Amino acid sequence: MAQDIWVLGTHMTAFGRFSDQDAVDLAATAALGALDDGGVGISDMDILACGNLFQAASGMGQQVQKQIGQTGIPVYNVSNACATGATALRTVIMAIRASEADLGLVVGVEKMGKMGLLAGGARKEKNVYEPSGRYGAVMGIDGILGTDTMPGVFAQAGMEYANDNEGVGFEQFAKVAQKNHSHSTLNPLAQYRREFTLEEVMGSPMQSYPNTLLMCCPTGDGAAACVLVGEERFASLSREQQSRAVKISASVLTTDPYVESGQMQPDVNTLTRNAAAAAYEQAGVGPEDLSLVELHDCFATAELIHYDNLGLCEPGGAGDFIDRGAPWRTGKTPVNVSGGLISKGHPIGATGVANVYEVSTHLRGEAGERQVPGANVGLTHVIGLGSSCGIHILEKSGIG
Amino acid sequence: MQIPLVDYLVLGDEPHLRANECADCGARFFGRRNACARCGGREFISARVSGTGTLRTFSIVHRAAPTIPTPYVSAIVRTDDGTSVRSNLINVKPHPDQISLGMRVKLETYVAGTDEEGKEAVAFGYAPA
Ligand SMILES: [Zn+2]
Repeated sequence: MAQDIWVLGTHMTAFGRFSDQDAVDLAATAALGALDDGGVGISDMDILACGNLFQAASGMGQQVQKQIGQTGIPVYNVSNACATGATALRTVIMAIRASEADLGLVVGVEKMGKMGLLAGGARKEKNVYEPSGRYGAVMGIDGILGTDTMPGVFAQAGMEYANDNEGVGFEQFAKVAQKNHSHSTLNPLAQYRREFTLEEVMGSPMQSYPNTLLMCCPTGDGAAACVLVGEERFASLSREQQSRAVKISASVLTTDPYVESGQMQPDVNTLTRNAAAAAYEQAGVGPEDLSLVELHDCFATAELIHYDNLGLCEPGGAGDFIDRGAPWRTGKTPVNVSGGLISKGHPIGATGVANVYEVSTHLRGEAGERQVPGANVGLTHVIGLGSSCGIHILEKSGIG
Repeated sequence: MQIPLVDYLVLGDEPHLRANECADCGARFFGRRNACARCGGREFISARVSGTGTLRTFSIVHRAAPTIPTPYVSAIVRTDDGTSVRSNLINVKPHPDQISLGMRVKLETYVAGTDEEGKEAVAFGYAPA
């Protein structure tokens, strides 16, 4: 790793459904909040990266500039499925490492409203069957040749882990969601803030066994932003700015390498394991050093398998890890104390920046009621199907 | 007249799946590739995929797009010659008690729809063996 890079300022909007604000409003709020938090202005920025998925062709970054300051700096509009925010963050990191920028702004934003299922096509009953597409299909195959829906795809990823390991089933997956809903009650920015019993989680409407409704992330609106600074400029900042800054000690992006089953079922494991190994190596820390983790719990089944992929538990021990309460806020390795995607929400472009906001807030000791005591190292993780995995490891400043 | 739902399903007396198999490393692909995603090899041969295998993972889908009948069982099957195939688990009640990971399954075909000209689209699924 070349020069050290720091999160100087960070901010996020509440996640939810906001009929009175569009994506540009949300992004601008997050951006100005992050600039103010870092004690800098838009005129100090050398680069802007804007992560957004569903309006990717709209020049979102330039629209944000028109809302908060058109200074003529380069804008990178970034779109990379659910890894969009993390990829935008890495875009600015790479620019600073390449000495093309000293200070940069990252904004992630999504305006989804109530979108329902994000994949899984309606079956068109064509009047005359003609082969089309890469597989020469004569009609829609979703629901005939398995499922394209996200709750189903991630259910299968979880059940594959259950196939290979002891002590993992419906109840263990449900406990993950119970935890994240409980955590969210302490997060004022979460989309939902309601506690549920394990029975309520398991008894809520089944979406795709074993994922019930309360085990699936909602769609929603929101934005998050970070101001990043390289070590040269960092040295000239005030003592207060330096002490609140959070060091980015690892930044990794991977894609899914070839595995035999990958063409039929997205492999969310190998690329996470590869990213985790590289991130721990870069940062010089191990999973046992982590004070907290914000990982990609798009579905409860996903969170459970990532305990293992990130090395938080013994190999094969993810069921036991949740059974003994290790990932609860007061447990051995708190996971998703924000409420996670399941309850904090998942406005896609914002997610990978919002998890950096969350971990940074704990490392600064500013997380209020949900503060993880003595937090000094944290990890953020996202997966975008397709697939990409982004991992960042953050460390407390250490400058008093 | 019957036509296959997808082009990698071969109908006839013994319906089966066909994959493009890398001539260098043996990796199999449903659908065309310019080069092997595993080794970069550019030669492929057409390979018949075993019709029997084991259930690798599944999900019972209760919520889908409005025109898709639910519940149904989505499954990934590992065939006896080591190829992963995604399809529905058929001839089984869509209930977790009725489905066990690792269970033996075999490929079966059925008519999934008929068009205006009377052509039947034949799909495949995996049934308990
Ligand atoms: Zn090959």
